[in-house]
Parts: sequence; structure tokens; C-alpha cells
Amino acid sequence: MLLEVNDFGLYCKQADVYIDPWRPVKRALITHGHADHMRWGNQYYLVHKDTVPVLKVRIGADVNFESVSYGEVKIINGVKFSYHPAGHILGSSQIRCEYKGEIWVVTGDYKLHNDGLSPEFEPVQCHHFVTESTFGLPIYEFKSPLLIFDDIKNYWAENQKNKENTIILCYSLGKAQSILNQIDENTDNVFLHGAVANLNESFREVGYNFVGERITGAHNKDHFDKSLIIAPPSVLGSAWMRKFGNYKVAFCSGWMQLRGAKNRKGVDKGFVFSDHCDFSSLNNAVKMSGAEHVYVTHGYETQYAQWLRESMGLDAQIMKTLYSDEEMMQEEGKETLE
Amino acid sequence: MDGFSKLFEAIDGTTKTNAKIDAIASYLDQAIEADKLFAIALLIGNKPKRPVKTTTLREWVADYTQLPLWLFEECYYVVGDLGETISLMISQITDQDSDSISLKELFELLVELQKYDVEKQREVVETFWKNLSGTPLYLFNKMLTGSFRIGVSKKIVIKAIAKHLNKEEKNIEHQMMGVWNPLEHTFKDMFPLEGLEVAHHIPYPFCLAYPLDIDYDALGPIENWFLEKKLDGIRGQIICRNNELFIWSRGEDLLTDKFPEFEVLIHMLPAGTVLDGEIIPWKDGLPLPFSVMQTRIGRKNLSVKFLKEAPLIMVCYDLLEFEGKDLREEPLSVRRKLLEQLIADLVHQDILVLSERMHFDNWEAAGEFRDNARNYHCEGLMLKAENSIYNVGRKKGGWWKWKTAPLSIDGVMLYAQSGHGRRANLFTDYTFAVWDGDQLVPFAKAYSGLTDKEIGSLDRWIKANTIEKFGPVRSVKPIQVFEIGFEGINESSRHKSGVALRFPRILRWRTDKEPKQANTKDDLLQLLKLFES
Ligand SMILES: [Zn+2]
Ligand SMILES: [Zn+2]
Repeated sequence: MLLEVNDFGLYCKQADVYIDPWRPVKRALITHGHADHMRWGNQYYLVHKDTVPVLKVRIGADVNFESVSYGEVKIINGVKFSYHPAGHILGSSQIRCEYKGEIWVVTGDYKLHNDGLSPEFEPVQCHHFVTESTFGLPIYEFKSPLLIFDDIKNYWAENQKNKENTIILCYSLGKAQSILNQIDENTDNVFLHGAVANLNESFREVGYNFVGERITGAHNKDHFDKSLIIAPPSVLGSAWMRKFGNYKVAFCSGWMQLRGAKNRKGVDKGFVFSDHCDFSSLNNAVKMSGAEHVYVTHGYETQYAQWLRESMGLDAQIMKTLYSDEEMMQEEGKETLE
Repeated sequence: MDGFSKLFEAIDGTTKTNAKIDAIASYLDQAIEADKLFAIALLIGNKPKRPVKTTTLREWVADYTQLPLWLFEECYYVVGDLGETISLMISQITDQDSDSISLKELFELLVELQKYDVEKQREVVETFWKNLSGTPLYLFNKMLTGSFRIGVSKKIVIKAIAKHLNKEEKNIEHQMMGVWNPLEHTFKDMFPLEGLEVAHHIPYPFCLAYPLDIDYDALGPIENWFLEKKLDGIRGQIICRNNELFIWSRGEDLLTDKFPEFEVLIHMLPAGTVLDGEIIPWKDGLPLPFSVMQTRIGRKNLSVKFLKEAPLIMVCYDLLEFEGKDLREEPLSVRRKLLEQLIADLVHQDILVLSERMHFDNWEAAGEFRDNARNYHCEGLMLKAENSIYNVGRKKGGWWKWKTAPLSIDGVMLYAQSGHGRRANLFTDYTFAVWDGDQLVPFAKAYSGLTDKEIGSLDRWIKANTIEKFGPVRSVKPIQVFEIGFEGINESSRHKSGVALRFPRILRWRTDKEPKQANTKDDLLQLLKLFES
């Protein structure tokens, strides 16, 4: 086995490297910048170049790292590693590992839908495919994010008619940027929570510019008039929200597909918008990989592995990892990025 | 169904009462006449019976979606609602939207469906699955699984109808009383534009009291108030009109056949009499425990012997109609006088008893009685202003209920179960236990009393502290202590703890208490001795 799970993470013995380790190791290959995949304390990080700003903000400016572009090959003790677009967020990568003709692909988090910002998912042929399964049940079917963006803009316009501000709650790394990317750059009525603003600023150094003004202590009710505010879900119910007077608040998550989840949040509106694959996307990705061996990680791994075995006759098994799903974390208000 | 789907979305999308009222009123303004009454029926929870068995339905969905049944079950477990699960799975393979069926047609079809054989049923259901999407598909499946619900109270619906018809709420409320069926009535018969005709079997809307939440000193001199015991039976109305007798419960169930002992009243009460009172099992001048009433209600056949063991009477509170005249606008003192007269005139009968007027020197004395109400076979006191009219529904000021504090016991949480609907996927139903030596014995289930915030953090705690899972139920580490309140306590051989509680609910989450500090089975039995109702 080229890759296997041990106490520290997904380990490649031949190269002596870990992919997205959950405990500090010597060398870490990182699929993307979300907190459960890129953790603190590793002695060396290999990341995609668009993940570098997040690495610096989150882990530290003096961290020891190297970066690669998509498709660039890095050989470590005979193992060929390359990063390929995963379509999840900026810089998110599937990591391909090849040794003596055996090919593995670790997807990290991914989605097949185009969100207009993250480079689109690229199918990579392999023998062993390690896939997440956050939404690995047939009750999850997501519209294209591009259609959701229209819904969000319409929602903003509708609230403007009622003289209300619009607060959009979403993960500050990923969804926040893909939403802002759709908004006319000349508008001056978009405001950002500090967590979002920090990330946006760091992305500037790799050439991305996103609209929006940082909300500071100096802002009060008078500054917001039919505005759009982008913030992480953890602000829900906090005193910070009082700044906005009359507002409607919406929440973006794949979990919004379920009425129970939406009602429980106590928000005015739920947008079914995820950075993960829905059920049919997962099935397509598995098929496109051509892999005979599939390892199912975080999400509905038991159910999805069984489904793959029965419906596609694949050798599918559960791979126990410690990735927690960030959509689940944000649903519980535990986003760690502030 | 398009209009009704939009109405559903509008109601679902707001928590504001006025927005809900406006949405319903504007739906009624635009709906076709034939649909209106069906919409009202659905809004107040009057829905067609589930036409297909749910096990059958699950198999159909699995077949239709070409997914294995086990995967459907997994999805159902995650979603927590059958109708929603079906909709989510079906909508993966449907995308057309050819919605041409009216609400009335759909309602009628669901009623008809009950009579079809299984193959025909399946054909019809699959046709709907093919043709519907979005909210109409969801609503169809909710009705199909018999679990259709919408977030409005009857009060909101009444307000909306009044707005739509430009009439007074109290008239609409009266016209909507009792049992009615949208398949047999029309919107026009129920709410005629002219006059306020109400059929002779229809009860008056009950006048309800708010719990006393102000200081009694603010009520003024006690002499201006009529005080009586608050009893624990079934609040009801006895109607005697046109040589017919009808007995209605406050829940608007027609109970005439359940209570044959009242039949004789047809010959005794003057035509055009309506009484409001408490129907209650009674022996030797005292009420029997409420459990007697429960057994009584549950019985299909009432043997002579059983009628003897659990004889019912009505403790009469009020006279709403006398000799065909509506008395509700008269002051209580006048109505009471007529009621006293009426009951005094009925000789040789013991099934109508006048509710006793309680006299106290001052509010302190009344309060003392209220605190010890259980010793007087009641739940507390009703306070009614001497000059109060008989209102429609709950209005502040004229009437108050002043209930004695609930009994309470500290229990340890033992099991948790996920809720349904809004609460699906969230642990909201809990089982509590008391100590019997070093064993914990379950004594109550409760699912209300916590704030949403508490439910959320308890939910996370439960997920992190599960010992074992049995389907939707989890056993949890016996750590969390809760104060459980209840209204009454009775002996029970069916419960391990030996007691059954009436209306158990959570009063407080006692995060300050260790599990060892919870109460014991002996404490419960002590309460039983003191307060068995
Ligand atoms: Zn991620
Ligand atoms: Zn992840």
C-alpha cells in the first residue's frame, strides 16, 4: 500500500510524507487551507501556490513551506507527487501519488460544480481513489452555484426594496470569495466581517481582488443602508449583528437542503450552496477516476462505501480519518478562522 | 396547487404573525372558490387520512428511484421526516413541472385513493411523482404520508378569514366551531356573506383564561370577583336545541355518544340551553382521579358496571344560552343567577352540579387555598370578574386561572430521542430516572420546557456522551440532572417506578447538581402518598 492511515494522518511510507495530517509531522502535503486539513505545527508544508496566503495568515508568516502549481511534478524518494484542481476553494487540490506504476489520488474536499472562481475539478485516472463523502446520500442534490449566486443577488435586491440589509452567512474561506467574485466590482455597498476581510487581503498578494469594505468598531447603524454583509456563521445571535438594524439573514450550506437544519438555524433563508460534492457528483467522480479501489472518508462513509460496493461492484472501504466537515462545524457555529 | 404552494412557502418563510395572516388573506382573495375551504381545512390541521401504508410507500420509492431500500432507510434516518425524505429522493430524477391539479382535486383524490387497490394506488402516486417538483411535490408527499403540517395557529387562520371577508373575528370563530368536512361543506355555507347563521349543533367558542401573571393586589377588592375551583376533568359544552343534545369538548370533539348519562337531559333542559362546565367522574360529592376519566375515554363499549364505577357529571360554570337567547354579552352575575335558577329547577337529577362559589376574606386567604389546592381536589382557583362577559377565546383581564405550583422532582437523564419535523435530527425527547438504591429507574418522559439554546447545547452533549444507540434512541451517561414538574401523580403498575405522572415537563436544567443529588424512588412514593389525585 502506497498510502495508509496511522495515528498522525494519511501516510506515504516510501516518501515519508503525510497528506493533511491531523497531528504535527515532519513533512505535510496539504490539499487545501481549511482548518481540518491544514493544521498547525508541521515542520514543512507543501501547498498549492494559491493556498500560500492562507498558510501565512493561519499558520504563520515564518512557516517552512514550498508551493507548486497544478500539474507540476515533485518527486520525493522516487514517489511522484502532483496537485490537480479539486474545485472546492481557491488553491484546493487533489493530490496524485505515483510509485512503480501504482497511482493514488487523494481528493481532499472537492466539488464538480463550477463556482466561477475555483479552478474546475479535473478528473485524474488512478487505481486507488480516496474520496470524501460529506454529502454522500441521495437526498443531497445541489444546483449549480452559479444559479445560487443569482438567487442571492435577487434576495439582496428584494430586501433592498423593503429597506433592509442583507446578511449572508457562509464559510469565510471559500464561499465568501466565490460569492464576492460575482458582485460588480464598482459597488460600494458590500461589507465584510473581519475574518473574511483578512483572507481577502491575503489573497491580494497572489493576484485576487475582492470587493467589500471591512467592518470595524467605527461602523454603526448609519453606515449600512440596504447593504450586503458577508460574515461567518459564528456571528449568528451575537451582539455584532445589532449593528445592522433592520436586516434579513441567510445561511449558505449544503445542509440547508434539509428543512430541519434550516429551521433550527433560525435564519430567514437558507441557500443550498456547498463546496462539496452532492451524491451524483461523487458517483461521477468515482467513475471518472477509473479506480477499482475506493477509500471513503469523512461524511457518510459507511453508507457511501456500501453503495459503491453494491451499485458499482468496486472494492470500496471506509478510511477512518479525523477530518471533520467544515460545513458541519460552521453549522454548529464553531468556525475557527476568526 | 400552485397558489397553495406559494402560500405554504410564504408562511414557512416568516415567523411574523401579521405576515402569516396577510399571506393567508391574500391567498383567499385570489383562490378559486372551490379551493378555499380545503385550504382552510389543511391550515387548521384537518387533513385527509394517510391513504397508503408507509412500509408500502418506502418500497415504492426504492423501486421508483432504483435505489436499495436500506439506502432509503439511511436517508430517512438522517432527514427524520418521511414525506421530506421521499421528496428529496424523488426530486433527483424529476425536473418537469406540470402542475395543473387544484387543491380540491388533490384533496379529493387522496380521499379516493384510500379505496383503490394497491396497484392502482401505486400508478396514481407515481404519476404525481413524475409530474410534480419543488414545493408541490413536498406538499403532496406530506399529505401522502399523513404528516402535513403548517406553521399557523387556528387563531391566525380565523384572523385571515375575517380579513378576507371583512367580518368580525368572533363571528368567524363561532362559524368555524365543531367538526366540519370540506368535502361536505362549501366556503359559502360556512361563512355566509349575509347574517351569522350557525347550525344548531355548533357550540360557542369557549371563553378561556390566562394564567395569573400579575400581583393579586392589582385585581382590586376580592368582593368584585367570583372565585371557583379549577377542576381537572374535560371542559365541555352541553347543548340542548331542537330536541337534540350535543356534548362538545374544548378540543371541539363531539362526545355525545361517549357520555350516555347525559342523555336524560333532553327531557329536562328547556329548549335552547347551552351550558359550559367541567365533565368529570364524580362520586359522593367528590371528583375521582383523572386516570378514571382516561380509562373511560379509551373504552369502546361502556358496560353498565363500568358506568357505575366511573359515573360522570358536569360541574356547571356558566350558562351561555337560555330559552334560545345568547347570554354571552350579559355580565357573569346575571348569567350565574340564571344558572343557579336553572339547576335548582331541575329536580331529581344529580348529573348537573353547580360549581361552588368560593368565599375568602381576602386575597391572602385565597392564595393559601390555591397553594394547597391538591388537598381540596382541584388544581387551583379560577378568578372571574363579576361583571365579565363570556368572551370569545382568550382575552386578558376578565378571567384568570390561578393554578397551584406543579409538583417537582429532580431526575437524571437516561435516554434521549430525536424529534420530528422542525426538531428532526435534534435530540428533544428525554427520559429521566430517579435512584432506587444505586440503580436508576425511569419515571418520566418529557420533551418541553427547555429553550432552543439549551436544546442545542444538550443535543451536542448527548451526541458526545452516547453510550448506546437503539434506532433513534440513545442511552447517555447518567450525568445531567433536571427538575421535572408535573400536575399530578398516580400509582401505576405499568411503570417501573410504580407511579405515573400527569403532564411532566422540564422546569429547569440543574447544571448545579451532581447526579447523586437527584431524587429517589422513595421520594416519588412519598409524593404519591401525599397527593394521589
Ligand atoms: Zn474544505
Ligand atoms: Zn474537509
